[in-house]
Amino acid sequence: MKRSLLVLAVLALAMTLVLSGCQKKVSETIKIGVAGAHSGDLASYGLPSVNAAKLVIEDINAKGGINGRMLELFIEDDQCKPELATNTASKLVSNNVIAVIGHICSGATKSALGIYKDSKIVTISPSATNPPLTQSGEYPNFMRTIAPDDAQAKLAATFIKEKLGLKKLAVLHDKGDYGKGFAELVKESAEAMGIEVALFEGVNPGAPDYSAVVNKIGNAGVDGVVWGGYHPEASKLVQQMKDKGMNLPFISDDGVKDNTFIEVAGKYADGVYATGPTDTSTNPMAIKAVADHKAKFGDEPGAFFLNAYAATVAVVNAIQKAGGTDYDAIVKALRSEYVDTPIGKISFDAKGDVIGFGFSVYQVQNGKYVELK
Amino acid sequence: MTRKLVIKEVLASLVSMLWFSVLLFPFMVMKVNVASGVAQIRFRWAAMPVIAIAAFVLSFLWRRALIWNEHRGDKLSTSSPFALARAFIQKALSKKPVRRTSLLVLLALVAVYPYALGMYHTNIMITALIYVILALGLNIVVGLGGLLNLGYAAFFAFGAYTYGLLWKYAGPAFVSAGINTGWIFWIALPLAGIIAVIFGILLSLPVLRLRGDYLAIITLAFGEIVRMVLQNSSAVTGGATGISLIPRPWLFNLRLPPRQAATYIYYIVLILVIFTIFVVRRIEDSRVGRALEAMREDEIACEAMGIDLVRNKLATFALGAFWAGIAGVVLAAQTTYINPDSFTLWESIMVLMAIVIGGTGSIPGAIGGALILKLLPEYFRPLAQYRMLIYGIAMIIIIIFKPDGLIPRNRKKYTFVEKVAQDGKAEVQA
Amino acid sequence: MDYFLKLFLSGTAKGSIYALIALGYTMVYGIVQLINFAHGEVYMIGGFVALIVGGFFFTLGLPVPLVLLLSIIASVIFSSAFGFTIERLAYKPLRSKTRLSALISAIGISIVLQNFVLLAQTEKYLSFPSYLPELPFLLPVREYINSTQLIILATTSVIMVALTLLIKFTRMGKSMRATAQDKHMAQLVGVNINQVISVTFVIGSALAAVGGVLICSYMGQINYYIGFIAGIKAFVAAVLGGIGSIPGAVLGSFILGWTESLGTGYISSDYEDAYAFIILILILIIKPDGILGKNQKQKV
Repeated sequence: MKRSLLVLAVLALAMTLVLSGCQKKVSETIKIGVAGAHSGDLASYGLPSVNAAKLVIEDINAKGGINGRMLELFIEDDQCKPELATNTASKLVSNNVIAVIGHICSGATKSALGIYKDSKIVTISPSATNPPLTQSGEYPNFMRTIAPDDAQAKLAATFIKEKLGLKKLAVLHDKGDYGKGFAELVKESAEAMGIEVALFEGVNPGAPDYSAVVNKIGNAGVDGVVWGGYHPEASKLVQQMKDKGMNLPFISDDGVKDNTFIEVAGKYADGVYATGPTDTSTNPMAIKAVADHKAKFGDEPGAFFLNAYAATVAVVNAIQKAGGTDYDAIVKALRSEYVDTPIGKISFDAKGDVIGFGFSVYQVQNGKYVELK
Repeated sequence: MTRKLVIKEVLASLVSMLWFSVLLFPFMVMKVNVASGVAQIRFRWAAMPVIAIAAFVLSFLWRRALIWNEHRGDKLSTSSPFALARAFIQKALSKKPVRRTSLLVLLALVAVYPYALGMYHTNIMITALIYVILALGLNIVVGLGGLLNLGYAAFFAFGAYTYGLLWKYAGPAFVSAGINTGWIFWIALPLAGIIAVIFGILLSLPVLRLRGDYLAIITLAFGEIVRMVLQNSSAVTGGATGISLIPRPWLFNLRLPPRQAATYIYYIVLILVIFTIFVVRRIEDSRVGRALEAMREDEIACEAMGIDLVRNKLATFALGAFWAGIAGVVLAAQTTYINPDSFTLWESIMVLMAIVIGGTGSIPGAIGGALILKLLPEYFRPLAQYRMLIYGIAMIIIIIFKPDGLIPRNRKKYTFVEKVAQDGKAEVQA
Repeated sequence: MDYFLKLFLSGTAKGSIYALIALGYTMVYGIVQLINFAHGEVYMIGGFVALIVGGFFFTLGLPVPLVLLLSIIASVIFSSAFGFTIERLAYKPLRSKTRLSALISAIGISIVLQNFVLLAQTEKYLSFPSYLPELPFLLPVREYINSTQLIILATTSVIMVALTLLIKFTRMGKSMRATAQDKHMAQLVGVNINQVISVTFVIGSALAAVGGVLICSYMGQINYYIGFIAGIKAFVAAVLGGIGSIPGAVLGSFILGWTESLGTGYISSDYEDAYAFIILILILIIKPDGILGKNQKQKV
């Protein structure tokens, strides 16, 4: 017992004392946190938001900051795990950030939000789409620059019914929070509109081969496939479907409405439908953001980059309009002011969902997402 | 060091410098980006000298360190300051009053911890202490029983979901009855332990015949199946969306804000840890504990001595599962949100790593290992994106230089020590 | 029946993918009794080297078959070198220690390699250009099997036969078996076990590299994280067949592939992994050493 306790206490205290000593630095910077998965299996979705925030902050700082105060980023990793997200959140709170861009996954966001709420920190997620995050009303400090799953799902179902005229669907998902949420909501809306859902299944994300489930789709005699999930699996699915000579319409969400999808799926991507935010290819800010990313990091930005860019711009704008770092003023500014971002001129409603975020259906045509009017 | 030796060392380092420069070239110097189906390569020549110099220096240090490590045992004289300090501490601790006061001082330090260091440090310490409970529990299975379990996270999940589901289904009844929801935590705590024990026994029944790696893979399979069931039965468990807004425990009738609740949970988990240490020590010295150790060493001889293997194996799994269940409830209370992603194979591996790095079978080892494994990544945060890389390297270095763990188990003196031949250890190559 | 055949063939294709990785896994295990968690990472490294080197030669304007050949060669060489280095750095110092410590070292290597590639290259999913030829005679039956699947299946079979022959008949193979049985005894009869173990890791890693190139071509994409999942699946397959047995690994992989495929087809893919695991549990309960594993008598 003594030896155990000795080890416990000595180790813990030594480590903390050494490292907590070098923390507190009083400075006049405005601190903004960026939280999300920066390592582990979901880092592909978290790291682009770090780059986005860095670009915006550099821009602002190069122009002299906000009212003479420089912006400073605090980048913290949560690996998309709820239990790490509470630690990440309390770390950011102890760093006195006034706003957080993140988190990336809905689950991690949920466990972190309680802490931010208590500390009055505005949180804007570029990618957490779980509907209750805003609709439950539990988190007044939460906003997002992405549409909640239900809005997308309704749009997708309407499109399937009215434009494509499909009668029998296969709905697949990646078993995850985001993908399954979207798939379930599409299924609900589609069935309400009288479309038959003949197949509703989850597939393993990251598996090398989906030919069994593709065979099953073929066997079910459906006339369209809906995918709830991210682009790596989507590109494997469309590839393996087309390899088997199946040319069914493939409808997906904004996890797929990402240029990386077209890059990865290549020629197989043509014809795929996806719901997503306003066409960004003509938005001058989006063009600039992507060009800046190429210049600084040497390659194309990844998933949710523009959403994170928009979130950061919105926060910075709100701080400017609020004239300081007062929580209430910032929230008020976020809700009342419209701001130009790479995803359009946006603001946030009382629940925290984004307004002015045109949402429409896209199709890949000749290697590009084209908005369908 | 003689001149000849220096030349030899430099040469060896040069060889590794060349080796690593070539080996890492495609990754460090060439950077690939694929645009419209064509891979484009950008050369980053600036990385070249960095790799070369780093490889040269590190290879030199690595070889010195390995040699030092090998001879560490035989020249550990009593005169080195480290050994003197250790002897002094040991001597001091052997006196009862000194031991008592140092224990009290430690307890006091641990008790004021959340007030001295704030919410962040309290929260990471809670996470670490949850892992301490997990590691102590798994230590019974792996360390004492010698049964490699890679599905331990399943029992952790049973605990967390016991609390989550209790809240989801009984919570409304509590609210409408006017009882504060903070009590659910205290109901869930023992219940989770019991449920985990039941599942521990049920799941271990089919695997009694298996040993070693086959047991490891089958426990892995069980762990994954449990996670899949949690993930797919959306109607009951909320599926991948999980269960949110789980209440933190209340202080009697007081609902605490997160900051104070963290402190409160810290004390709860601290008491649980002390309780666990106490019980696990008792188990170790009990009849069951000795039987388990005998079983680990030799199942056949053990059976011949009249020890009931089946009962012992069941006891091992059940005891291990119990602590995981308890730890799960605390986890659910701390994060207020659970979903199946918190209970992957990776969590099981982490707990296993904690006990091996600490020293398999050793209680202080399990504690130290869990603290290091959970706190290091937090303290490595200033390293930003290099965090996990350095973390992995740290794990490898620890295990190579302390292969029996940081605080190996003090075996009883009457144990039979088998001499292992030192094959090929004399020569060290780059 | 047609549906069954389709599912059976896609299970076969899937099984051959698992087998490609499981072969190297089981070989390393058979000889050093180490669950080499980093094996999946070596497979990922192999894929990345092929992408990088292949991309380099492609931009030089070399013809596609030559690019394919060069990238496979480069991938095999570099992966083998990685395997060799990993063994020397992380496993050799632990050879005389408990097996658990070597396992932890392997997990550490796995973390390091993943994060190394994440940092040195990219976190994004990259498109993996397929240099593999399209076999025109397969076009009429493409609903059943495509050319990449056939190439993977053929490669797996060839490797399995070659490995079995190597271990059965060559001098190195005999040394390997001797090392596997008893390291000290092997040393006494003049086997250089350091060399044997290094060769084992080199061959195992080379196999992983071949797997990396072929499987990434099939998936059409690569990412730093693909190794972990593949490694776990391959481990399950190897255990199923009786870990350490070369034909066992292939058989185990096929059983895994068929179970997953038929389970998906006739029940639901929601529990795809669970079917595989249930089969695994059943087989291990009936035959605790895997299907083709040798029944190891316990020594007292």
